Amino acid sequence: MLALGTGFFDADGAPTLDNLLALGDPVVLTTFGNSIALSALTAVLGALLGAVVSYALLGARPEGALRSVVDAASGVLAQFGGVPLAFAFIATMGLNGLVTVFLKTTLGLDPYADGIWFYEMPGLILPYLYFQVPLMVIVFLPALEALRPQWVEANATLGGTRLAYWRHIGLPVLAPSFIGSLLLLFANAFSAYATAAAIISQGSQIVPLQIRAALTSETVLGRANLAGALALGMIVVMVVVMSAYSLLERRASRWQR
Amino acid sequence: MSGAPKTSAAVRPTRARAARPVTAVPSRATRAVILAVVGVLFAIPLLALVEFTLRGGLQGGYTLDHWIAVFSGGLDRSYKPLWDGLGNSLVLAIVTVLLMLVLLVPTMILVRLRFPRLHRPLEFLCLLPVTIPAIVLVVGLAPVYSVIARMFGSGTWTLAFAYGILALPYAYRAIQSNLVAVDVATLSEAARSLGAGWPTVLATVILPNLRRGLLAAAFISIAVVLGEFTIASLLSRTNLQTAIVLVSKQDPYTAYIVILLSLVFAFLLLFAIGRIGGRTRRSVS
Repeated sequence: MLALGTGFFDADGAPTLDNLLALGDPVVLTTFGNSIALSALTAVLGALLGAVVSYALLGARPEGALRSVVDAASGVLAQFGGVPLAFAFIATMGLNGLVTVFLKTTLGLDPYADGIWFYEMPGLILPYLYFQVPLMVIVFLPALEALRPQWVEANATLGGTRLAYWRHIGLPVLAPSFIGSLLLLFANAFSAYATAAAIISQGSQIVPLQIRAALTSETVLGRANLAGALALGMIVVMVVVMSAYSLLERRASRWQR
Repeated sequence: MSGAPKTSAAVRPTRARAARPVTAVPSRATRAVILAVVGVLFAIPLLALVEFTLRGGLQGGYTLDHWIAVFSGGLDRSYKPLWDGLGNSLVLAIVTVLLMLVLLVPTMILVRLRFPRLHRPLEFLCLLPVTIPAIVLVVGLAPVYSVIARMFGSGTWTLAFAYGILALPYAYRAIQSNLVAVDVATLSEAARSLGAGWPTVLATVILPNLRRGLLAAAFISIAVVLGEFTIASLLSRTNLQTAIVLVSKQDPYTAYIVILLSLVFAFLLLFAIGRIGGRTRRSVS
């Protein structure tokens, strides 16, 4: 396994600057822009929605049926996701999807009147949210549950209201975990490949798809290392995000002992 | 809890709060509304999947034919990729779990007992794959696999090496949480002082105590392997997920049925993990 680990670093080895220059290519830059925008958008929406769901689950018995089901379902959607999710959304929002047909026949609305955006970038937003929200529940719920009952009691004894509790205690304590989870969601969306690959079969609007194109392309000969350069670019983004995450995690763990 | 009446008088007094005097927990109604709305939103795509498998194709209407075809063995040779993929994925799951048991578990026990100073590096190493996107891993693995193909042949099972890395963080966490909950050091010292050799200690004392963690790690590894698409597709191997994508292009109904079944299977796996983990927690506390 170690050999594989080092092999991965060798892949970008002998870094001639040519490959790195490819990262400055306007097309590549646009793709990175797309990827980052998509990841950021779904991370923020996913984090907010996920936080609301986690809040709703707060106080449910950890051994209870509700929690067991939600935990397992979140795990499936967040980790098993990928291809099945893509197909679920094709069945939902594809041209003959359940929701598309419903909108058309029942409400007389055509969501694709201005072109079929589902198989392009915007179409990825909903499927991505579908695995972002469960991930948020998985990573954020423990933080939420680590809020001590004593703090609520202290707040109550001092005459604080519910609002005061959340404003002065809950939210400040949770802020680092929330932002940390947000970063994790960003990283998750940024590195997701399967869903996008199954929905978008042509074109390379986001970085992972561009790596696919670079790896499998039969026409762009002589740029075999472009995939390596793109991968390097992705790693740079990931390293930045994940080091910020570990910093925040350390800050957050202060309250989770 | 003498503060209870005071707060419930200060805020709106409700029956839910009477049971839990001072709390930040949402009321029953709030919880129900949030979970219902989100639950429905999340159910729609899954229902759409089910609805699609029941569609009658060009004739329209609904029919159970596709399900019957799948379960009555009506799948002919053109569905071979699906069976290949399923077979490959199962083999991969087994090899990955074996790799994990043979490599990861002894390492973790050894580090725990003899080299506690290596704990941090090991943890870092094991959690590292979380931060490396699978798609990036593929770029690095492509040249590595040309070497592996020369050594072991290009059988699909070799992907298990890569899957071992993918599953590493999850397996590590599952085992680690079990390992810290059990006092391995005392147990093994007790066994040793009673004259047991290391193999006996490992087989009869440590591993039985770790069985919940091991089971959870094995299940999560299986879930990861069965759901993996990126690496298999880009290294041109066939596994369950790539087969589904392939078959969906000739017969979406069957592909969707397989997807539904795989989702249900993954759900059951994770549900079982949750149950196992829950029991561990209870027995510790």
